Amino acid sequence: MDDPLPRSRLSVRDLVSEATAGLFARPGRTLLTVLGTVLGIGALVATLGIAKTAGNQIIGSFNELAATSVVVSSDRGFFGGEAPRIAIPWDAEDRLTRLNGVIAAGSMANVSVGADLTRSVPINDPLGQTEFQISMMAASPGLYAAVRGTLSTGRWFDVGHSQRADRVAVLGRGAAQKLNVVRVDQQPVIFVGEVSFVVIGILVNVDRQPELLNAVIIPEGTAQALYDLESPETVQIDTEIGAASLIASQAAIALAPGEPGLLRVQKPPDPEDLRRDVEEDVNALFLILGGVSLLVGAIGIANVTLVSVLERIGEIGLRRAVGAARRHIAAQFLVESTGMGLAGGIIGTSLGVLVVVIVSATRTWTPVLDPWVPLAAPTLGAVTGLVAGVYPALRAARLEPVDALRAGG
Amino acid sequence: MAHLKKAIWSWSAMQPARDASPVVELSSVDLTYQSGEVEVRALRDVKLRINGGDYLSVVGPSGSGKSSLLNILGLLDRPSGGEYRFEGRDVSDLSEGDRTALRGQRIGFVFQEFHLLPNRTVLENVMVAMLYNRWPRPTRERLARDSLERVGLGHRMDFRPGKLSGGERQRVAIARATVARPSLLLCDEPTGNLDSATSEAILGLFEELRDDGLTLIVVTHDEQVSAHARRTVSMWDGSLSEEDRGG
Repeated sequence: MDDPLPRSRLSVRDLVSEATAGLFARPGRTLLTVLGTVLGIGALVATLGIAKTAGNQIIGSFNELAATSVVVSSDRGFFGGEAPRIAIPWDAEDRLTRLNGVIAAGSMANVSVGADLTRSVPINDPLGQTEFQISMMAASPGLYAAVRGTLSTGRWFDVGHSQRADRVAVLGRGAAQKLNVVRVDQQPVIFVGEVSFVVIGILVNVDRQPELLNAVIIPEGTAQALYDLESPETVQIDTEIGAASLIASQAAIALAPGEPGLLRVQKPPDPEDLRRDVEEDVNALFLILGGVSLLVGAIGIANVTLVSVLERIGEIGLRRAVGAARRHIAAQFLVESTGMGLAGGIIGTSLGVLVVVIVSATRTWTPVLDPWVPLAAPTLGAVTGLVAGVYPALRAARLEPVDALRAGG
Repeated sequence: MAHLKKAIWSWSAMQPARDASPVVELSSVDLTYQSGEVEVRALRDVKLRINGGDYLSVVGPSGSGKSSLLNILGLLDRPSGGEYRFEGRDVSDLSEGDRTALRGQRIGFVFQEFHLLPNRTVLENVMVAMLYNRWPRPTRERLARDSLERVGLGHRMDFRPGKLSGGERQRVAIARATVARPSLLLCDEPTGNLDSATSEAILGLFEELRDDGLTLIVVTHDEQVSAHARRTVSMWDGSLSEEDRGG
């Protein structure tokens, strides 16, 4: 018989404006409360951004050197001491440079000189050491380009030196220092045991195969003639960017068409895998840190919202008296805490992005950030605030209007 | 006070025709609640009938059940026994949502402590009373301004409550309580925090509201206040008795 009563209602717009007014009632406190979420979200965004940026940077530097390097070696068993199961041919360099995508290739091998010591022109210096145990390596003419070597003086040997088995040598930086050879314009001579070599160049740097820097390097033909070198041990290939995987699959076939499986081919690791590893390493630690700060931020919001509920008991009573249902009270405090979380999320995301840019700028890196991060991070902040507000909001909604009006006077 | 007369006119036009039908009808209302181990009977067999346009004061010592009666009347509490008819509708067993809605739409409250929101302007404080009642936003502001004009605070709309005197604050509270056009105004010690000159002004305002057709119930232990009312009932230990003034 009675008309149904129109229910109490509260439009979303009014709800938001009431909650905003509540937040701005104590701006200082709201700001401090938001700080926890700012730190948490900021740490998360900065972590994800820096990990991504660093990971990307690794690909960048990786591409330049390692990603273009393929090394083929004869399999000498697990400990490397056995005789090779298959020999690398002397013309490895020619066979490989014919492949499309190979920029340079060169073969090398350790030369056994037994107990022979190496010395430069004998000087009778009773105080100084003049003879040294220095390793000797045989190299093909193309190796210089394949290891991206740099000579400080002189030249690298060529095919002619090798074919004639000339007694010439290039000294690695370390070997030259020991032998006290600094210039080659007067054709200095060194002795390995009783065999003399004319030094024609000094190798100061290589990007690959750094053991060359401590060795006396002679042409393969010379090593074959003087020391009975049987075959090259290792082939270093410099490929074009992106060709490494292809060359790796072709090199063994080119060198040993009958038994390509017997050669060991080292190709660069997949840069994607490497980047993922780095990202995961960085992420794991800092995401935990960010998560902890976020948790602390959530506790802060919960705490302050609870205090705010207790302070505003009179207001809650009044709102109930003028027709607010329990759900309206709960919604108001939830929107307030969610608003704090969202504000913290937005500020934190901005700061996090800023940190990524600043770190990248100081290292001259390219800042990289997944596009979902700056979108999801403020949402995460809002969800944090929402969750943090649940308990205080329920407390507020559970208050009986009579008690609230009496207690809140 | 020309603006007041104008406001009163529009107020009267909004009210339902005044007749003998009761706004409030309590029959044998009991209220008991547990206070720790002890069962407290706050109201005993209360019978009360208040017609539209009545101005009733409730007097009695502290703890006599005045506030409990006000809570029942204001739908803030539910009687343990008996029947409460508000505007002819039995509200004893309404759901909480319905009681809340009815309270928000038909009953205004004036408290001793004013209960104004300290960080909102006077105008916003008055508009809060219409927040949950389906009023469109522009209408809310217009009605709030009218209501504040009526209590003589047209020049204080943008002030915060902290800047107002006690009397002004109570007038804001009255503007808030009446802005949604309730049929019943419940006042709990409305002059308890005011000096006697300010109280007199507030009581004058109540007279005007009553003349407009609003039904007023004022709980007080101030003789000055109850003297203004047409009817006075007194509470003693949860029981209610009406003082006959021949009116």
